[in-house]
Amino acid sequence: MADLTTNFIGIKSPNPFWLASAPPTDKEYNVRRAFEAGWGGVVWKTLGSEGPPVVNVNGPRYGAIWGADRRLLGLNNIELITDRPLEVNLREIKSVKRDYKDRAMIISLMVPCDEESWKDILARIEDTEADGVELNFGCPHGMAERGMGSAVGQVPEYIEMVTRWVKTHSRMPCIVKLTPNISDIRKPAEAAKRGGADAVSLINTINSITSVNLDDFSPEPMIDGKGTHGGYCGPAVKPIALNMVAEIARSEATRGLPISGIGGVTTWRDAAEFMALGAGNVQVCTAAMTYGFKIVQEMISGLSQYMDEKAMHSTADLIGRAVPNVTDWQFLNLNYVTKAQISQDDCIKCGRCYAACEDTSHQAIAMSEDRTFTVKDDECVACNLCVNVCPVENCITMVELPKGAVDARTGRKVGDYANWTTHPNNPSVTAAE
Amino acid sequence: MKDAKGGFVLSNSPLTAGVAAQRLGAEAYAQNFADLQPVLAPHEARVAADRCYFCHDAPCMTACPTSIDIPLFIRQIATGTSDAAAKTIFSQNILGGMCARVCPTEQLCEEVCVREVAEGKPVEIGRLQRFATDGLMAKGVHPFARAAPTGKRVAVVGAGPAGLACAHRLALRGHEVVIFEAREKAGGLNEYGIATYKTADDFAAREVAWLLQIGGITVRTGMRLGRDIELANLQAEFDAVFLAIGLGGVNALHAVGEDLQGVRTAVDFIAELRQTADKSSLPIGRDVVVIGGGMTAVDAAVQSKLLGANSVTMVYRRGKDRMSASAYEQDHATAAGVRIIYGAAPVRLMGEGNVQAVEFAYTHQGANGLELGERFILQADQVFKAIGQTLTDSFIAKDGAKLVKRAGPVWAGGDCATGGEDLTVTAVAEGRDAAEEISAYLKGAMR
Repeated sequence: MADLTTNFIGIKSPNPFWLASAPPTDKEYNVRRAFEAGWGGVVWKTLGSEGPPVVNVNGPRYGAIWGADRRLLGLNNIELITDRPLEVNLREIKSVKRDYKDRAMIISLMVPCDEESWKDILARIEDTEADGVELNFGCPHGMAERGMGSAVGQVPEYIEMVTRWVKTHSRMPCIVKLTPNISDIRKPAEAAKRGGADAVSLINTINSITSVNLDDFSPEPMIDGKGTHGGYCGPAVKPIALNMVAEIARSEATRGLPISGIGGVTTWRDAAEFMALGAGNVQVCTAAMTYGFKIVQEMISGLSQYMDEKAMHSTADLIGRAVPNVTDWQFLNLNYVTKAQISQDDCIKCGRCYAACEDTSHQAIAMSEDRTFTVKDDECVACNLCVNVCPVENCITMVELPKGAVDARTGRKVGDYANWTTHPNNPSVTAAE
Repeated sequence: MKDAKGGFVLSNSPLTAGVAAQRLGAEAYAQNFADLQPVLAPHEARVAADRCYFCHDAPCMTACPTSIDIPLFIRQIATGTSDAAAKTIFSQNILGGMCARVCPTEQLCEEVCVREVAEGKPVEIGRLQRFATDGLMAKGVHPFARAAPTGKRVAVVGAGPAGLACAHRLALRGHEVVIFEAREKAGGLNEYGIATYKTADDFAAREVAWLLQIGGITVRTGMRLGRDIELANLQAEFDAVFLAIGLGGVNALHAVGEDLQGVRTAVDFIAELRQTADKSSLPIGRDVVVIGGGMTAVDAAVQSKLLGANSVTMVYRRGKDRMSASAYEQDHATAAGVRIIYGAAPVRLMGEGNVQAVEFAYTHQGANGLELGERFILQADQVFKAIGQTLTDSFIAKDGAKLVKRAGPVWAGGDCATGGEDLTVTAVAEGRDAAEEISAYLKGAMR
């Protein structure tokens, strides 16, 4: 059986599944139960400075979007950092860590953007025996209005500065949590690295309005007739998170910087995908908030089975495996030609491929009187839309044309690898001549 | 009757010999004749609607005799606008509420649903249709408004599904309509000919009242063609006539003993049952035999069981595959405790005064049709005949042949007309289409 233990920046955990800093990790009661359920680590919900804690709204904190059968696809929240006294949190962290020495215990921090505040909080947490800190530069709502959270995370210079303070005033491993609410995720990652961060974690939540109440004309969640943007997470954000993780993993400036992957991890497969793109572990929140702590059992068994099937002995065999295959569009092989093929045995004759192709694509699917759907190879550009709208998995597949075969659409033979950089239509190629 | 402790006891039981009422307790009657399949709850409807693939040129829509845009109305339910869904349904089928209850969907839309083909579990189109139509009707809203009056008057004979659908569409187009109905109530077979549990809570009557909200339609009941009114007079008085008189006759068994007491048509039995508020007052045999293999036979057999008959046997002269009642209906019957015997025909009904038994012969296909073989006897104190209906109004029909759909300014539709299956939904389609033809005719487009 595959070995799921991970050593992330010197922090060991029995599996790569950590609970992210969020409501599930706000107190001892929850965290103990999470560890009992099998979670490998926990990032304790963000602590603020000493003094009166922040307050939360007393109306709804979450908004959501749903798929079929009310399956929760996306969640947003306007909850702030912990609203419990600092000393209570510190006492509980210490208590839990003492009983679960094999699990990772990370403390998320967010204090005002001055060196004294950071020095002070780092001194306060030293005694908890936690394994590391995560700097919350990500929360896009509430705290950002006070110059914290994503207000810091959107300015690379601040990230670098604060990270340096943390590394100066603490010996703990330091993870910098990044906000996705920026245009180029590599810049804050580079800043964190320059500041001495041991790792980055991403993504934090995305600025969002999940829905609008069409009776009261207010964003949801609605508080007394008003709403505000909240942080979006859950399965819907996974593709955005995967791309950002991959960008950092393959960027020259940040290559090798450990990454804790976050964003819509719901099953073992999601976790494996993050890890293949370079994440050393993953953090989970929405899935636990939707289904409870028990889901980690499926994640553990699923990842184990997958790794066994792939003859991977440890998570190191998986981490980063897909990174070399993430490239720029310009390097994609323009001589790779495929054609859609519809399995008549599997086809249920719904006609969705036909409607999609006929109305919105390349008119490359024919429909007969008896509802037999076939691909017109001389029109098919292999866009994959038919595959994506077909309700039957693997009914429509993309079949590669072998080298030397003639593409019925272009009349040209399939040639060797060639990409845009050398294509005759590329103006920069012409300019270079 | 009271027992020793003063409590009420049943005067009869399913075992009481002969034809008797009150075989069951009051609760059993209420339960037995309540809604067979209640309307979906909103969340159930959302889940069911989510299963629809929104097929291109959808097979379900093609299979529907009224061509309801099924993918569209299901998507409207899925997006929380079930009133819009109802309007989509009603614009094609104004009796969409009844059709949602009685359509043999397993032989129409749901049979060809791609998810039936793929998984053996179709989208629940009928139940979704009921969800949408019940929802709008419960609000008392009528979603259509009449066009400006045309000054044209049309007579519709028969207030069954075909007549009502025709009248509604004519009214919508601005014509004035008078419906002549032979019975006391409008609704036709919806009111008199369908099992109670399929149209519980007086739905047929409520639907008629809702339909008439369009305005411009007068219903005159107790007016039978050939008795109270004549076709020639109608033609003289109105600009066009639509005949939707249904099938008034019932085929005879042509077997000895057919006139014994306790032998009656299933059609009459169902009509009486539908018009009786207190089901416990209806006498039913201990041993009931139903002869026939259609929907009417099933409805009579199942309801006999629900009235407390001890044993109910349906006997059909051909094989299961030839039975016009769908597999779903057959399952429904057997689940209710009805025994179905296939491939047997009645030879004679036995008894003195009252029927006591029926002798059948097993059938097999011979050179000249069905041939009779080995015989057997079923005990029976009540026998229902359900071997098909015919057009009997002899002044119109010759040899029971059905009416042609259009002859001059007289149109025909529904069960009495040629073509199409004798289904509620087919009758609605024919009534609606005749109305459009009549409307075009009245505008001078069809001379």
